[in-house]
Amino acid sequence: MAKKKENNVVLNLKNIAQGIYNKIKLQKQPQLEMPIRALSNVSYDEREGYFKILEKFKLRTLTASTIKTFAQTLKMMGLSKNLIETNDIATKREAYYVSKNWGDARFKEQPESDTVMDDVEAMMMVNREQIGFIPEEKGGDVAGKLIVIDKDQDTGKEIKIDCTKFGSGAYSVPSSVEELKFDTNAKFILAIETAGMFQRLVKHNYWKSANCILISMGGVPTRACRRFIRKLADECKLPVYVFTDGDPYGFGSIYRTLKVGSGNAAHINEFFCVPQAQFIGITPQDIVDYKLPTHPLKEVDLKKIKDLIKNDPFIQHHKPWQKALQEMAKMKVRAEQQALAKHGLNFVISDYLPDKLKNNKTWLP
Amino acid sequence: MIQKSAEELAKKQREISIAEFFEKNRHLLGFDNPRRSLLTAIKEAVDNALDACEEARILPEINVEIIQLGETRFRVIIEDNGPGIIKKQLPNIFAKLLYGSKFHKLSATRGQQGIGISAAVLYGQLTTGKPATIISKTGPDKTAHEFKLKIDTQNNKPQILGDEEKEWEGKDHGTKIEIDMEANYIKGRQSVDEYIKETAIVNPHCTIIYTNPEANQIIFPRATEELPPEPKEIKPHPYGVELGVLIKMLETTSATTLQQFLITEFVRVGAGTAKDICENSALLPKTKPKQLGREMAEKLYKGIQKTKIIAPPTDCISPIGDELLEKGLRKEINAEFYCSITRPASVYRGNPFVIEAALAYGGEQEKESTIRILRFANRVPLLYQQGACAITNAIQNTSWKSYGLQQSKTSLPSGPCTIIIHMSSVWVPFTSESKEALAHYPEIIKEIKLALQECGRKLASYVNKRKRIGEEAKKRSYIEKYIPHVAEALKEIIGFDEIEKKKIEDNLCEILEHTRGELEEISVDNPDYDPELAKIGQEEEDDEYQDEEKKEDKYINDAEEKEESNSKKKKPGQQTLI
Repeated sequence: MAKKKENNVVLNLKNIAQGIYNKIKLQKQPQLEMPIRALSNVSYDEREGYFKILEKFKLRTLTASTIKTFAQTLKMMGLSKNLIETNDIATKREAYYVSKNWGDARFKEQPESDTVMDDVEAMMMVNREQIGFIPEEKGGDVAGKLIVIDKDQDTGKEIKIDCTKFGSGAYSVPSSVEELKFDTNAKFILAIETAGMFQRLVKHNYWKSANCILISMGGVPTRACRRFIRKLADECKLPVYVFTDGDPYGFGSIYRTLKVGSGNAAHINEFFCVPQAQFIGITPQDIVDYKLPTHPLKEVDLKKIKDLIKNDPFIQHHKPWQKALQEMAKMKVRAEQQALAKHGLNFVISDYLPDKLKNNKTWLP
Repeated sequence: MIQKSAEELAKKQREISIAEFFEKNRHLLGFDNPRRSLLTAIKEAVDNALDACEEARILPEINVEIIQLGETRFRVIIEDNGPGIIKKQLPNIFAKLLYGSKFHKLSATRGQQGIGISAAVLYGQLTTGKPATIISKTGPDKTAHEFKLKIDTQNNKPQILGDEEKEWEGKDHGTKIEIDMEANYIKGRQSVDEYIKETAIVNPHCTIIYTNPEANQIIFPRATEELPPEPKEIKPHPYGVELGVLIKMLETTSATTLQQFLITEFVRVGAGTAKDICENSALLPKTKPKQLGREMAEKLYKGIQKTKIIAPPTDCISPIGDELLEKGLRKEINAEFYCSITRPASVYRGNPFVIEAALAYGGEQEKESTIRILRFANRVPLLYQQGACAITNAIQNTSWKSYGLQQSKTSLPSGPCTIIIHMSSVWVPFTSESKEALAHYPEIIKEIKLALQECGRKLASYVNKRKRIGEEAKKRSYIEKYIPHVAEALKEIIGFDEIEKKKIEDNLCEILEHTRGELEEISVDNPDYDPELAKIGQEEEDDEYQDEEKKEDKYINDAEEKEESNSKKKKPGQQTLI
């Protein structure tokens, strides 16, 4: 991030505070304005390939019932300004602990402070790293034909990290990936939902035979993980294939968020999405084609399917997804990635992945 | 087995005197355990004293003294400044059961049957063998006479053991009675202390000087110099008369025609109504009353029920008045909220009655326990048999949840609340002769419920207001808590000095308070509250005795149940006993 932009953030913070100050001076009720962070405030932009934020804003007017959050939001803005000015960072959890200094305005639980932080972030329309906060979550694991070019934290000297040299382990994506550079001759990126499946593919050096980069997302991909895949795919012009469990969570939360972003972080989806991602499995059709062992769908799963069809702009835009979800709702079953082990532990490497990668008609958009 | 002939059995069959009957069944009159007996004796004497004074239009001043003679033996002395009793009547009044002036008339007095005081004399005689001493003086220039009396229980007649003229120094007129009896003096909610206090509360025109066995004298001075209006006597209403009574009235009337009989013997019957009744009964208005047989009387009875007759007059009742009732409550309980109402008069079985209610909420009252109920009938406190009383029933069957009290289904509500209910009537229907519980007439329960609901609505609006103010105050303190943080954060971001910060805080106060308006206030301010008075009757009872009390209560309940099942056959509240 350029220094100039950070100063802009400070300026922006000051402007908002000044606006509130002026209102108070005029004895008028001050207001904070921030974009609504929800699916209802995004539209799927087909050309750009991600969820674009709309113009809906919420106003937080200072009243008896909002004064606590109002004070907390201002305090959080103050903390942010302080962090940027001293060139420091704080994790979400650290910010929560800093609030313990705020007397009555302190947060009781971390989710409260996370929400306020997200509000400030959205208000400034920037990524939270730019306002001095970093997530403590892990970005994801990488193995395969990739050299990551990073800097030594002390000397600033360039370091080349060869992701083929981690043996049975893996390279871990850092929380901030903007400064990284890449060198690779791989053919594609395979993003995998579960650590278990990632382990199996690493163990058998699948990346070697398939000439690819393996990335484990570990559930819904973190911002860092999404940004890492996006940067890598953009800069090295690689296709991205996604391999998740065959269930509504895998489709609607993991794949959808990776590809087009989320409602909650609507203001930054532009940078934290991977529009070139393609879904290779496990599709509802795979469950039938490969005769996979299944689990019955629970009430929450069926509700999620309904919700996706009804409210998710991405699903609404893609007929094949609607069809797939409806089919799953009819089958009333789901299948995990590991279910492929029914046909032999290495069936996934020997048959499933090669078959799927060859036949793009079995993919979903 | 030897068979006995009817003649042989007949040797054992003989008349039972009413006095003998009560000798065996003294619990029916409230003399079942030593503690309650003490209260009942004093209650009967005080009732009589107050009735006599009011009837003679004298502001009552009553002196009650209890002297402990032995461990379980007490002497009770009750002296009044009433009109006195003439020598000829005195023995009958105090030593003959069912002798009195109030049974045959309908007016709102405390006494009804003429049993009470004689029963107290009988109880003293039964437990100590001693006569009661009564002295009475009817005027300043008259000499007083003193009697020592017992009851000849076989014949229900006074037995005069002493009769002498006496000087009663410093007394213009009045009566004093002394009875020795087995008794037990215990403080608490069902004590003599409590009874005297409650009596003083609902009889603000009366001064009571009370000396308890510990020789503590408590004076309850009168709060008003005004006597309650004299209770008017009314004739019976046709709807309230039963067939047997009707037949007796027809026999004894001096009227010569049926129409005249109806007009002169009943209230609310004029020539027109009398004609209607005759028509509805298919009887000629000119019929001679004495010639009407039992069957014709029954026709007349049915005819009366068919005829529309105006409700009885209600000016014959003198309620305490909601203001005085509330004032009494204010003395006794330091609460936040009081309300009281007097219902318009209503009628049960042809008898007019008025229900009054007062309620005290909050303040120093217990928050979790069951509410306290003070029951009164014709200005007499009712301390026993709360569970059997129509008042309790009406309270239980009122839905208190919507009025801000806690209540599990049809039980007494709980919360910081005291309720007073007063029923005044020309004839108060009690479930038994000890006169402690009102009978469950639907008309009475309905009126009590209406009174309670009216108080309840006022209570609800107060409770809601209090809640609203509480929430508002909480919100305000909430605002005050966070204003400095808003100012502090702005200071951090923009960077201004402390003076400016203070200004911002003041402005924020302005902005937020302005949108909220003025804060209402609730204060507890009760200048009438008398903590000394409130203490009386609140003392803890001895643990030892409480157990005993429970046992005895159970015994009482058993007795009541039996009695109730009897009276169900009779119809509740019908009190002809012979």
